[in-house]
Amino acid sequence: MSDVDEVITRAHHDEWARVVAALTRRFSDLDIAEEAAAEAFATAVERWPVVGVPANPGAWLTTTANRKAIDRIRRENKRDDKHKEAQMVHDDDPPEPLGAIDDDRLRLIFTCCHPALAMEARLALTLRMVGGLTVPEIARAFLATESAMGQRITRAKSKIKAARIPYRMPSAEDLPARVTGVLAVVFLVFNEGYLATGPGTDPVRHDLTTEAIRLTRLIRVLLPRDGEVAGLLALMLLTEARRAARVSGSGELVALDEQDRGAWDAGLIAEGHRLVRERLAAAAAGVAPGRYQILAAINAVHTSARDSRDTDWSQVLALYDRLVRLDPSPIVALNRAIAVAELDGPEVALAIVDRLAEALAGYHAYHVTRADLLRRLGRGQESRAAYDKAIDLAGNTAETAYLTRRRDQLR
Amino acid sequence: MQYLVSVIDDKSNPGSTDRQPAISEFNERLIAGGYWVFAGGLADTDSATVIDNRGEQAVFSDGPFVESKEYLAGVWVWEAPDLDVALKLATEASKICDRKIEVRPFR
Repeated sequence: MSDVDEVITRAHHDEWARVVAALTRRFSDLDIAEEAAAEAFATAVERWPVVGVPANPGAWLTTTANRKAIDRIRRENKRDDKHKEAQMVHDDDPPEPLGAIDDDRLRLIFTCCHPALAMEARLALTLRMVGGLTVPEIARAFLATESAMGQRITRAKSKIKAARIPYRMPSAEDLPARVTGVLAVVFLVFNEGYLATGPGTDPVRHDLTTEAIRLTRLIRVLLPRDGEVAGLLALMLLTEARRAARVSGSGELVALDEQDRGAWDAGLIAEGHRLVRERLAAAAAGVAPGRYQILAAINAVHTSARDSRDTDWSQVLALYDRLVRLDPSPIVALNRAIAVAELDGPEVALAIVDRLAEALAGYHAYHVTRADLLRRLGRGQESRAAYDKAIDLAGNTAETAYLTRRRDQLR
Repeated sequence: MQYLVSVIDDKSNPGSTDRQPAISEFNERLIAGGYWVFAGGLADTDSATVIDNRGEQAVFSDGPFVESKEYLAGVWVWEAPDLDVALKLATEASKICDRKIEVRPFR
């Protein structure tokens, strides 16, 4: 990659959301904002290698995109409201100060994650408008066809326009509820990257996990006092830190207890631990931690142990007990059972897991856990059957490879 | 921006029948807030007539909505600056009417 290519790639990563957000504020139209931003980046790809990279790429992109948007509005020329057009063309808003924390981007995130949009539309739109991912990239991540994904995004945009979903930060009283939805979208993006589904994709979609972390960092800068934002960021950092050790050279998933802990990213772990400590201090001061903060704390316990045998399982179980009270879902109960197995043995854990059969029959991790517990109890045949079910349901290539090997090791 | 706000009832699981006083009081508040444009409750779906005059002659029938489980029980038209305002009011309206509410913008 040439230097200019690298600058453009970085500019796309750093400036896309800012450019789209600034244009959305000015023209109140996501379509115009997105198309003009895309045209500005296309122009940069053409021009920069020839005339050189401008001193301030972000400002250049915003100015160029603004001009493209005005050109487009003029070209369309179908608008009845000439007056409005003239106003837009003569808009003399000072450009956003670059580098400053602008809530334009946060407004964009909240608009894309509006509760009136279906969850999948929120996901697709956030990745496109805020993350700058292309429609084919988003389609690939969610195993949809390009045309279906394009339609989903178009429909979401036209709903925003037609129903007049506002482009603004939610009011103070609505904020906590709306942040929850935004974090859920970002966490879905992260999870899809972390355990990518589909036979044709990499088992780990680094682009998606990075994007989710970047979005959460952005939300954190803008909402520094929200404990769940900090919790989710810590959770993702501590998970991402293990990425290099999670898939073997032969493309097989490596379970937590077998990972080479020396390959974990010490910097990300330190940052994650720092955030968890910050939240523990808040909890000690009486602020009840939410779901992401507890999950982050569980990950902090795992990443604190030098060796998997040193894991403080009683601490993990205590945290899961708290989580169950907050979120009594069968999936939380399943994960709690794994800690129970370490403390009270596989038999006690299996009794808990078996009670979840009805709720989790279609969930691959349920069968993975059962297979492992049955294996530890020496019930090989039942374990094999559970591995078979897990392999059937697992969508991640590295995980399938791992489960197949574990199954074939059984006599 | 005007929104059509539909009150949706369910024949197999109908909402309560004693809502009128609360709805009247809610309407007063809509008027005071400048949101109220129009409102009306509808008679039973049995009373509806559907006219299809796209063919050679007009056909009158009682239409498809008599059969469906969910049906339109009443409507409001609200004037609201954006969807967030309309949704906030609709959230309240659903509780007050004890029914589902659909919010849909006019074109």
